[in-house]
Amino acid sequence: MKDYLALMFGMVFVQNFVLNQFLGICPFIGVSKKRDSAVGMGLAVIFVMGISCFVTMLVYKLVLLPLRLENYLDIISFILIIAALVQFVEIVMKKAAPDLYQALGIYLPLISTNCAVLGSTQMKLVDYSTLPLSEALLKNTALGAFGGIGFTLALYLMASIRERLEIAPVPPGLRGIPIAFLAAAGMALAFFGFNGIV
Amino acid sequence: MLRLLKVFFRGVIAENPVFVIVLGMCPTLAVTTSVEKAIGMGLATTFVLVCSNFIISLVKSLVPNEVRIPIFIVVIATFVTLVKLIMSAYFPVLKEALGIFLPLIVVNCIILGRAEAFASKNDPFASIFDGLGMGIGFTLSLMLLGTIREALGGGSFLDIPFADGLSAYTQTIFILPPGGFLTLGLLMGLFNHIGLRRKRKNRGGRNK
Repeated sequence: MKDYLALMFGMVFVQNFVLNQFLGICPFIGVSKKRDSAVGMGLAVIFVMGISCFVTMLVYKLVLLPLRLENYLDIISFILIIAALVQFVEIVMKKAAPDLYQALGIYLPLISTNCAVLGSTQMKLVDYSTLPLSEALLKNTALGAFGGIGFTLALYLMASIRERLEIAPVPPGLRGIPIAFLAAAGMALAFFGFNGIV
Repeated sequence: MLRLLKVFFRGVIAENPVFVIVLGMCPTLAVTTSVEKAIGMGLATTFVLVCSNFIISLVKSLVPNEVRIPIFIVVIATFVTLVKLIMSAYFPVLKEALGIFLPLIVVNCIILGRAEAFASKNDPFASIFDGLGMGIGFTLSLMLLGTIREALGGGSFLDIPFADGLSAYTQTIFILPPGGFLTLGLLMGLFNHIGLRRKRKNRGGRNK
């Protein structure tokens, strides 16, 4: 239990995907204009990241490692798994939860090229693969889901800041993306204060 | 030949992937803590970009439209695996330093973006030049960021210190994550500002 608490705190605050590891910057800048869309995108990422961390660990331990393909096929197989999973989640969601699909639908295709997803599957892959199967699966899934929560937190904060920046008198050269990066610098500085806690 | 050169230089300056089209932000911020890492990442991306552009342009007429994205991704992932294996054989230290961002070249939006926007519509030869131009534009942008961050944060260039005892005056914040956002935001603002001023000047000239 303590492990998972530490993992949660670490992934959400200390090693925040966006503000500390620079993963998923494109959606962080692209989908952070409104708070509603930030929440939608964030939920979709938590969902897909948790599932893809689970499936990639399963494939890594049961297929790639026994066949000794882990150095040659890991990138190709993982990116295909993620792309297929996103499609699969989209189809299932459309049928099973149309309301949720309405809310998240447009963000799902964007996720396959979100580097945070592929990054989260690679992050502790080798470390966790030495654990027994069930523990490795659980830990990797938790890592993905908590990482997604951290991503959502950063995205939501950013969207709140940008809604205010819309009406702020920003110098013309800095309008749009540059000022968003400067705001992100401030946020990253604040999150840097969490360093060393876990 | 002139057309090819135009394609090449468009990627370096007018359509610079980092500062103008704003693609590939994750590696841009993550690996620019030193010039060495910036060059390594830039060249690795350039290699993948040129090879994948070439192959995709060759097979473009064989690929059904509905499944083109997965096929492009598989081509890109193949070359990234190649780079990963070559790097772990010849540059193990650099590979360690780039870490997770080496496999993440697969999801660098520049590469898929060029495959979709250029290579799937143009001939193989032009696609190579487009890949080269974009790749070098990317590398130069990374080097610029890396130079500023390493100089201010570490007081050195390519790990060669400017002077002895400089470490008391360096601002470590520039090689930490917040410094990445800060440097990139300010540089982008500066380039925007220059662009806006030039536009205003041209307009003023015409009015007279």
